[in-house]
Amino acid sequence: MKKITIALLILCMAPFGVLAGESGMPLDRAPIDTTDNASLKRGAETFVNYCLTCHGASYMRYNRHRDIGYTNEEILSKLVLTGQKVGDLMQSAMRKKEGEEWFGVAPPDLSVIARARGADWLYTYLRAFYRDDATHTGWNNLVFDRVAMPHVLYELQGEQRLVVKTSDKGEQKNLTLEKAGQLSATEYDKFVGDLVNYLVYLGEPHANARKQLGIEVMIFLLGMLVLSYALKKEYWKDIH
Amino acid sequence: MSNIFNSMLAWVDKRFPLSSNWKAHLSEYYAPKNFNFWYFFGSLALLVLVNQLLTGIFLTMNYKPDASQAFASVEYIMRDVDYGWLIRYMHSTGASMFFVVVYLHMFRGMMYGSYRKPRELLWLVGMVIFFVLMSLAFTGYILPWGQMSYWGAQVIVSMFGAIPSIGETLQQWLLGDFTLSDAALNRFFAYHVVTLPLVLLVLVFVHILALHETGSNNPDGIEIKENKNPETGIPVDGIPFHPYYSVKDIVGVVVFLIVFCGIIFFAPEMGGYFLEYNNFIPANTLQTPDHIAPVWYFTPYYSMLRAVTVNFLGIDAKLWGVILMAGSVVVFCFLPWLDRSPVKSIRYKGPYFKIALTLFVISFFVLGWLGTKSPTPLYTLLAQIFTVIYFAFFILMPWYSKIDKTKPEPKRLKE
Repeated sequence: MKKITIALLILCMAPFGVLAGESGMPLDRAPIDTTDNASLKRGAETFVNYCLTCHGASYMRYNRHRDIGYTNEEILSKLVLTGQKVGDLMQSAMRKKEGEEWFGVAPPDLSVIARARGADWLYTYLRAFYRDDATHTGWNNLVFDRVAMPHVLYELQGEQRLVVKTSDKGEQKNLTLEKAGQLSATEYDKFVGDLVNYLVYLGEPHANARKQLGIEVMIFLLGMLVLSYALKKEYWKDIH
Repeated sequence: MSNIFNSMLAWVDKRFPLSSNWKAHLSEYYAPKNFNFWYFFGSLALLVLVNQLLTGIFLTMNYKPDASQAFASVEYIMRDVDYGWLIRYMHSTGASMFFVVVYLHMFRGMMYGSYRKPRELLWLVGMVIFFVLMSLAFTGYILPWGQMSYWGAQVIVSMFGAIPSIGETLQQWLLGDFTLSDAALNRFFAYHVVTLPLVLLVLVFVHILALHETGSNNPDGIEIKENKNPETGIPVDGIPFHPYYSVKDIVGVVVFLIVFCGIIFFAPEMGGYFLEYNNFIPANTLQTPDHIAPVWYFTPYYSMLRAVTVNFLGIDAKLWGVILMAGSVVVFCFLPWLDRSPVKSIRYKGPYFKIALTLFVISFFVLGWLGTKSPTPLYTLLAQIFTVIYFAFFILMPWYSKIDKTKPEPKRLKE
């Protein structure tokens, strides 16, 4: 009986699950450049305005954003919207319980979402929402079937509708823009591109420092290789 | 100056066997002069061990073994601890590289017959080290408390539950709870940072003592101690470990560090093999991932665990899986007595052994690859076929190693 209850519980969770709903859709390539601070800043401001209301990034501190070119004052005026301190963690304004009540599942923390999902998935996902009256939010997604999140950015992108073509190759699913939004298609792609770029940065803020230090370490080790090989040769010259 | 040094050394030597140990284990420990590339991996394993111990200490300072804080504390290390990301990647990459190095070290032993008489105990101690290493890897992988930590551990723990009659009690005793939870995380943390490292250190010490008793094997598989200079008593084909192999091993260390640092700094996730993508999602006890895959170094055994799909000989399929998985590791211990060849090294062994070893390596890789995939009927069939090949390498060894056409061993090491 206990096992059946657990199985049913898992089954009920499945439609909302983070891991459920892999669709095998081909993913678009996200324009990622985490050295582009201007893009990261646009992404950060989009993130705090549109995402942080429901999703936390609760492993990240606001003042870490000095790494991408903000000053503490700028962080306080542009990123901290809920009266927190500059050294605080980026907590969501919404409580976990409220999320569960409103969406059926608490919105996941996004600190390392880019490391779990991959940038291309996120980039495709945020552009693949369409109107679907069969779901309780009225929205569905091509890469995440029956996702619990409604299309938060629909005012910008507009409303898409699903067009299914059946040919001898099988079903082909495409989205067409039915109602235009505030941004053109290319503007929206760039907008989402910046946001995903920021999410990649958010996943590992020290990634650029890591690569930079890596180059220095490699140069040092190559020097060591020459020296240690010369030392070995010198010692071994009389061994036959 | 050298006078002061000598008198200080004499003072110490009267109270502690410093010079005599230095001589016995380094400057007058004679190693065969023909070591090749494969002989780097022993000292490299020691290097990785030191890396794991040192980085592990610093991780312990900031990690929280608490189911509600563990995941966040790892991200705290990655973001807020100074160079925490470097320490963590050194430790996570070190775990995988430990297995790379140890697998190559074991393969070296299999190629050159290093497990044969008189090195049976050396091999057995090495095997126990391997079991402890696997336990360390398993307990360590649970600590970040991500989805793969949790569900991977769930798979391993349920294996204990498959043992007849005592299984369920044993499982509860191990977990300290009815399910995998905070209690289990705490005790796995204790095993990972105290119990197992202590056991490992002692075993490594014993492994080196046993090695220095018998002396090292070599690519020719002949005993250099059988050919000593009658005047000095030193093996004619031996050279002092220090300075010859100490300076040579430094080159090996630097080459290894180039690979190691290449991964740490430029590909710490190693395409999802060293750090799995799903482990960046916090553990969720209500949500089984679509696909549970262990880290790469366990995937060959995981394949064998899943390979048995029917009950036979009155034993449950799940229990068969557990038996095969345990057997696939334990079977290495019998190698010294399974090999009946008159020669040790692959250089003088015949075609049967070479074919058998090649098939074994292929089956190890194929099983490893299958272990990363979701099972399909085809994959399960492949896993079954290669499991049979894997075990056939060991079970048929007494036969094929005996009838194999070997070449005569040389009297002295070849250049």
